[in-house]
Amino acid sequence: MSDNTTHTIQLTLKPGQHDGDGQRVAEAAARHLGLATGRVRSAALYTVRYPLSETQLHDFATRCLADPVLHDVRLNELTGAEGFATYILVARRPGVTDDEGTSAQNALADILNEPLDVHTQHIFSKKLYLLENDLPESDLRRIAEELLGNKLINWLEVGRVADGIRDYTPRPGGGAEAITEVISLTGRSDAELVQLSKENIYALNLEEMQAVRDHFAAAETQAERQAAGLPADPTDCELEIIAQTWSEHCKHKEFSALINYKDLATGEEKQVDSLFKTYIKDATAEVDRQLRANGNDWLVKVFSDNAGAVRINPDSLFVWKVETHNSPSAIDPYGGAITGILGNNRDPLATGIGGARLLFNTNVLCFGNPEYDGPLLTGQLHPRRILEGVRKGIEDGGNKSGVPTVNGAIVFDDRYAGKPLVYCGTGAVMPMQFAGKDSWEKNIDAGDRIIMAGGRVGKDGIHGATFSSIELDETAPATAVQIGSPITQKLAMDFLLLAARRGLLKCSTDNGAGGLSSSVGELAGISGGAVVELEKVPLKYPGLRPWEIFVSESQERFTLVVEPGKMAEITALGQEMEVELTDIGHFTADGFLDVRFDGAPVARLNMHFLHEGVPRKILEAEWTRPALTEPTFTSPPDPLSRGEGAPDMHSIEPSGSPLRGRGAGGEVSQPRIALPADYTETLTQLLGSLNICSRESVIRQYDHEVKGRTIVKPLMGATGQAPQDAAVVRFNFESWEGVAVSNGIIPRYGDLDAYDMSAGSFDEAVRQIIAVGGKLPNLTPGDGIFWSVNDNFCVPDSVYDATSNPDGKQKLAKLVRMCEALRDATAAYCIPLTSGKDSMKNDFKADGVKISVPPTVLYSMTAKMEDVRRAVTSDFKQADDVVYLLGETHDELGGSDFYALHGQLGANVPKVDFAKAKALYTLVGQANDQRLIQSCHDLSDGGLAVALAETTFGYGYGAEIDLPAAGLPLATQLFSESHSRFLATVAPEDVVAFEQLLGSRATRLGRVTLDGQLTVRHAGQPVISANTATLRAAWTNGPVNKLLGVVSKDNLSHSNSL
Amino acid sequence: MVQDGAHRAHKVQSEAQAGATASAGAVQALILTGFGINCEEEFAAAYRLAGAEATIVHLNQVLHGQVSIHDFDILNFPGGFSFGDDLGSGVVLANKLRYRQNGPHGRTLLDDIKQFIANGKFVFGICNGFQVLVKLGLLPNLGGNVVPEVTLTHNASGRYEDRWVTLRVNPASNTPFLNGMDRLEVPVRHGEGRLVIPDAATQAAIETAGLNCLTYADFDGSATDVYPFNPNGAALNCAGLTDPTGQVFGLMPHPEAFLSAYNHPDWARRRRQSPEASEEGEGLQIFKNIVAHIAQKNTSTAPAAQLANQH
Repeated sequence: MSDNTTHTIQLTLKPGQHDGDGQRVAEAAARHLGLATGRVRSAALYTVRYPLSETQLHDFATRCLADPVLHDVRLNELTGAEGFATYILVARRPGVTDDEGTSAQNALADILNEPLDVHTQHIFSKKLYLLENDLPESDLRRIAEELLGNKLINWLEVGRVADGIRDYTPRPGGGAEAITEVISLTGRSDAELVQLSKENIYALNLEEMQAVRDHFAAAETQAERQAAGLPADPTDCELEIIAQTWSEHCKHKEFSALINYKDLATGEEKQVDSLFKTYIKDATAEVDRQLRANGNDWLVKVFSDNAGAVRINPDSLFVWKVETHNSPSAIDPYGGAITGILGNNRDPLATGIGGARLLFNTNVLCFGNPEYDGPLLTGQLHPRRILEGVRKGIEDGGNKSGVPTVNGAIVFDDRYAGKPLVYCGTGAVMPMQFAGKDSWEKNIDAGDRIIMAGGRVGKDGIHGATFSSIELDETAPATAVQIGSPITQKLAMDFLLLAARRGLLKCSTDNGAGGLSSSVGELAGISGGAVVELEKVPLKYPGLRPWEIFVSESQERFTLVVEPGKMAEITALGQEMEVELTDIGHFTADGFLDVRFDGAPVARLNMHFLHEGVPRKILEAEWTRPALTEPTFTSPPDPLSRGEGAPDMHSIEPSGSPLRGRGAGGEVSQPRIALPADYTETLTQLLGSLNICSRESVIRQYDHEVKGRTIVKPLMGATGQAPQDAAVVRFNFESWEGVAVSNGIIPRYGDLDAYDMSAGSFDEAVRQIIAVGGKLPNLTPGDGIFWSVNDNFCVPDSVYDATSNPDGKQKLAKLVRMCEALRDATAAYCIPLTSGKDSMKNDFKADGVKISVPPTVLYSMTAKMEDVRRAVTSDFKQADDVVYLLGETHDELGGSDFYALHGQLGANVPKVDFAKAKALYTLVGQANDQRLIQSCHDLSDGGLAVALAETTFGYGYGAEIDLPAAGLPLATQLFSESHSRFLATVAPEDVVAFEQLLGSRATRLGRVTLDGQLTVRHAGQPVISANTATLRAAWTNGPVNKLLGVVSKDNLSHSNSL
Repeated sequence: MVQDGAHRAHKVQSEAQAGATASAGAVQALILTGFGINCEEEFAAAYRLAGAEATIVHLNQVLHGQVSIHDFDILNFPGGFSFGDDLGSGVVLANKLRYRQNGPHGRTLLDDIKQFIANGKFVFGICNGFQVLVKLGLLPNLGGNVVPEVTLTHNASGRYEDRWVTLRVNPASNTPFLNGMDRLEVPVRHGEGRLVIPDAATQAAIETAGLNCLTYADFDGSATDVYPFNPNGAALNCAGLTDPTGQVFGLMPHPEAFLSAYNHPDWARRRRQSPEASEEGEGLQIFKNIVAHIAQKNTSTAPAAQLANQH
């Protein structure tokens, strides 16, 4: 550190202080990489690039950074310690968010008592790890790259301490580059147009490139451009704007396409004129018509804003949005997930005028098997690493924003090993009015100012989806990976809340995909045009070209619309709350998006062409029913002919992954399942299986009760280990009104039938809300019970191509069928969709291999709870309560966890009978009105047997259950996953009333016992007999908690193969 | 901060029910927010349910002199992640209070807080707010000179956790916040809640004075160092501290997250057992205690309080 303006501060733990960080690195290296590091010592490093006297440096280090109880401080020396042979230094690459550095800068400003621009980075935080063992450089690199950092965002130095510790501090370079280039399209051949699109990552196909070329060649365009002083050919910025606006992400071209659908079995052919319009928008319009006809006019805003809005009561709105962040999470799991959750938070925050109060987050995650031990493809991250990174991203994104993560789900399937699915949901509450204006409206007039608020702009996320191919180096401060900064967003969020309530905002939107190009482009559609002055946009560092500034996806930014007369007041508020606001232009009504840099034209695009000019896609879909076989059961030996305690007849392959055999090619000839006489072991195995076992280690690292309003949490009961079906959150402390939140997702059924998979997922989410005490909408005129659903489709590439995607037509047919089920479900239950998203290219290609996700849809549901105190939880409440099965069980083991345990897929996929389901749900609602139900758990993965076990987990009750000898085979009764069923308990004194109400829909199974023993009899013979504490232990000690559980010293002694 | 009309600060009120006014003479609670603090709403709700008037203000309003802490009876530091907690929980906020010179003559907010306490008023920190009070040296403040004497750092488990714990009140504690309380259940939600006491002498002094006012306990109510009953491995199994005056109080768990009986994970079974039980949560008692204590003090020493308000 030669120059006097650069200093290094190193904090190490005092002798005797527990070095948890170092210990975790040692343990993880042993567990996951099989490397013995010996002791590991961690140190925090801060490089300060700011003129400080020696005293100032010393004071800053000892008083602000070091904890006097914990730390020793070293200044301007980067040396190892006695007994440590090697080191790993983890720094950040140029431009990567460094919240720790920013915080340190804040502290420096406070101790110096001088203003210090926090937007210019003066302090760079790093971590230094010293390792006892003299590991070779290749091993050090593995630890660095696989456990400590990500090559895309971190600069990693490793080596021997004896050779000197190499430091790294990013030095963003480059001068201003106000260069706008012109790209000629005229005269280019089709092949050249496609090549240009590919080279510049426009992601536009030939028809789209031709449409752009033709637009610029048109005489009218030429005349307009000449008059406005624009070159005849498009500028780089203009092509970038068009590419962003026309991207699948923004325009949903495939959901809007014309689809020719053929059913190869029946020969039926039909044309679908836009999936979105046919199955989502029109279906919701029909639901709304029925609602309004019945005096239920709570559907306020659907599909047309960042999030959907429904009315809670005359004073407030509930705003609900769920999105995915899959591709970024595949490459940088932590960064992908945290930007996913923060980005999704911005949607309800910037709905209508903006300034809603966030109420809760949910997340649903789909991963490959974290215990996978095979080879990885180039660039593919291990599923365990993706799981851990995503989990941490959600922890930081939710906890640090003060938004409770109230529920979620994790689905494991090997086909998510290439691209994981990361669904983030956020619910919020907004007053109906802000300063006398309707809060949900977005009004903009010509002359209104365009204000960028929040973070600054860097090269982050330019061309989001393709960043993995960009080489990052010292001279180009490009970092294509985004890391969210929850604290920056929290400040902006607090500001928006106040600005909206004071009437300073006309409206707002978030800057996500496409950055300013997208946010200003969309808002300009309201007023009819905009002028943007890009030189005013504050940058993280110099060196961005105008087009880069316009399309950068730097995080934590909002675009605000402010009337000129309110500029002074909002600017003052921003200064007071330390949120940077920049006036970057104004809205117009001239029909053009006009972008300038220092007065020079950068882009001037016709708004109509920009938003409506994209050519429509025509796609092909072909449905063929998969060839499926139902396995046959071989009967157990007659229990009377063998002695007590005879070994179970188990012909399961317990060594196999529970997911094996579920893929498309998983046909097994002559499938047979040999049934045991006793199912205790089968139930125990199911409870400990990857897709059923407890997620407690994940759940507890999310704050699920900040705000103090969470009434039904993911885990409840005296043990805190009883899993629940839906979350319940109250809106405020003044009333008992609240909202129930559930998730329906069952991708494995899609291997049997995509329609039934989608219908079942929808029903699953509905019945979870019914289980927790919610009521179906529109049963009573004007009852005001809102439901708000987001649909999120995540499918593999479904556009047919003879070579690259030969089964594209089949995949698209699956998507069509999923949408058909969605339409049928919304109509049957009268439940509207309010927003949603589709992610169409969930494939991972490397080394000539393609891993595609199974077609997946998530239905994220919310419904009003009139009184959260009447919520019903899943766990048994009292001994001698009577246990009922509600709903009908069918021979529907196809796709079940029971079959999966036996390596089978089966054929009989569970189907939803919407009419019967609705009738049952209506009656359950009536039973709850009469307070007849003490506990209620929906039946899903693992069927009745797993539900029975789970309902005992809250307190340690047991149950005595008798299953009928007649009817379905025992295994089917226990494990069928037929939809629209519940396991409910009723107090003895309410049995008569309950049975009268439910009639034949309720089957009496037995009673709750105090002895902690689960006994299930069939034809009088015990078929399950287990201590419920043992069952709970099997569930709790399943693979997820084991993988993420507290690392103990025991793990140091043996390595495992991961 | 720029304020609407004559309103001195942003009053806490539900969006749906604007216009609630405080009765004259109500206990006045000031709740700080901004910069990553995120439990201010439930903190304010707790005071309102306890009969006080709660005012949430952005920290800058206080630092810039638009709001004076001396107009209030109790100063509150809520939980959250102030300034992202990147340098260690509560560190940056504590630095700001200690070093940022606001008033004339280099006066800091910490100077004001010392005066506030000397005036017989109260300071309360929960979770991140507790961390701030510890890093400032306001807790335990054995030496009376407000320098850090203990610290709170990463949980022994190395991870953030949200789980419910049982606390036992130290009978030797003299703080009015815990008047008449013996035990309570509350959620912990933190990653850095492990109390570290640097030496035996400090530990002995804390114990002798009964400043370790709250202890993690097992099902029997006995102090425990067993995870997860003691969720973070804190020294003395300590969950909360007071200063020797009892006026400054802080704890890692969240009593403001247990204002209603329906916050408890086992509420549904418990209400089945006792349908007529109170709908209040156990955490509310702490707020009722301090509000009652201040109200009583204010009625008996009204003139003194007036003087302090004119500071």
